[in-house]
Amino acid sequence: MAGTDPIHQFVIYDIAKLFTVGGDGTEGSGVTFAFTNSALFMVATVAIVSLYMIMATGAKRVVPGRAQLVAELMYEFVANMVRSAAGTAGMKFFPLVFSLFTFILVANMLGMVPYFFTVTSHIIVTFALSMLVFLTVVIYGFVKNGPKFLKLFVPSGVPGYILPIVAPIEFISFMSRPISLSVRLFGNILAGHITLKVFTGFIVTMSSLGFLGILGSALPLIMAIALTGLEFLVGAVQAYVFAVLTCMYLNDAIHPSH
Amino acid sequence: MVTQAYAQEAVAPAEEHVEGAEGAVDATHADPTADTHATTEAHGGEHGSDVFPPFDPATFPSQLLWLTITFAALYLLMSRVALPRIGGILANRKAIIDADLAAADASRQKTDAAIAAYESALAAAKSKAQGIANESREAIQADLAAKRSAVETDLAAKVTAAEARINVTKTEALTHVDEIATTTAQTVVTQLVGDVSADSVRAAVAKASKE
Repeated sequence: MAGTDPIHQFVIYDIAKLFTVGGDGTEGSGVTFAFTNSALFMVATVAIVSLYMIMATGAKRVVPGRAQLVAELMYEFVANMVRSAAGTAGMKFFPLVFSLFTFILVANMLGMVPYFFTVTSHIIVTFALSMLVFLTVVIYGFVKNGPKFLKLFVPSGVPGYILPIVAPIEFISFMSRPISLSVRLFGNILAGHITLKVFTGFIVTMSSLGFLGILGSALPLIMAIALTGLEFLVGAVQAYVFAVLTCMYLNDAIHPSH
Repeated sequence: MVTQAYAQEAVAPAEEHVEGAEGAVDATHADPTADTHATTEAHGGEHGSDVFPPFDPATFPSQLLWLTITFAALYLLMSRVALPRIGGILANRKAIIDADLAAADASRQKTDAAIAAYESALAAAKSKAQGIANESREAIQADLAAKRSAVETDLAAKVTAAEARINVTKTEALTHVDEIATTTAQTVVTQLVGDVSADSVRAAVAKASKE
């Protein structure tokens, strides 16, 4: 049982308590803010992305070196994603999409390191990120298009008598976007990490059962190795999916009558 | 980490019971010791077992705070520093490549123009040479024709003159014929019959020559 609890990796503990807002001064009341292990890895994620993107491009070489080329490829990759999904008008959201993509990608990759905390395995983080996208879409959509933004719920080419059915469906699907966006990322990362931990836990448990157990533990070991590869893939793919869906939602705000 | 892991180990068996209980979340808040989990890691582990950690609302404020701080920092650094810089690098590279391509294109157009100029000059020179050749040939031919016609006219004039002279001579000669005949006839007649008047001989000759 030693260290094989699959849930334990998601525990958040305080590294340093910061301050408490509200409450009556007694312990446990009000909202306490702290620097936690989650915060540490958020800071690490941002530091890695920022330092890399800034330092690799410091030389501003016309013929790029390896580090600069990777930074440029990331830029081109996200820029093409935004341009193809949301058009040239969507490029004003390019920094947002780029930040989301790199943040989620690096957080997922950091989470693959043993003993490291995975920021995106907490629903509040993914939900906050998807609410950021959702609110950006809603606010920008109304500011730019005014009431025309509501055309989003009225697909063109649909006969009038079907609209009372279609419009509510469109509305519900629109409103459920932040939930689907956040739960997709959260669920994938959480489930992947639990599965990985369960299989590696099997290795430890079986190994303690003597010679046959050690032989048998090869099976979960193979699974764990395969799952590790899969989790790297999932981590990258989920960052990509989040960014692509962000682009498509932003496209709705820019061109509501699709 | 390791200490925490062992602390977790102690409560792990109890976890399933606690997790099932719906009141566990509320109990966390009501229990004053719940927030003290932060002070020691061992307690933190205990706290985490009360509720599935990703759904523990006690951790939400700190996570949101730090997500806001870190993501805002990332967004600012990306949008103000990194992305404009990379965009600048790419734009600069594109400008250099475009300028080089434009220069190459300009050079090619210059070459094309030079070739065209050369060819037109060559064609002009050729046509000029042909013109000069034609002109001189025509001039020579005209000269030849003029000279020939002059010579022909001259010859014709000479022929005419010669013919005229021949005619004169012939006519003159013919006038002499009668005279000679007369003289001859007179002489012959004189030899044969004696003197005869020159006038009668002349008349006889004229009569004979008419027959």
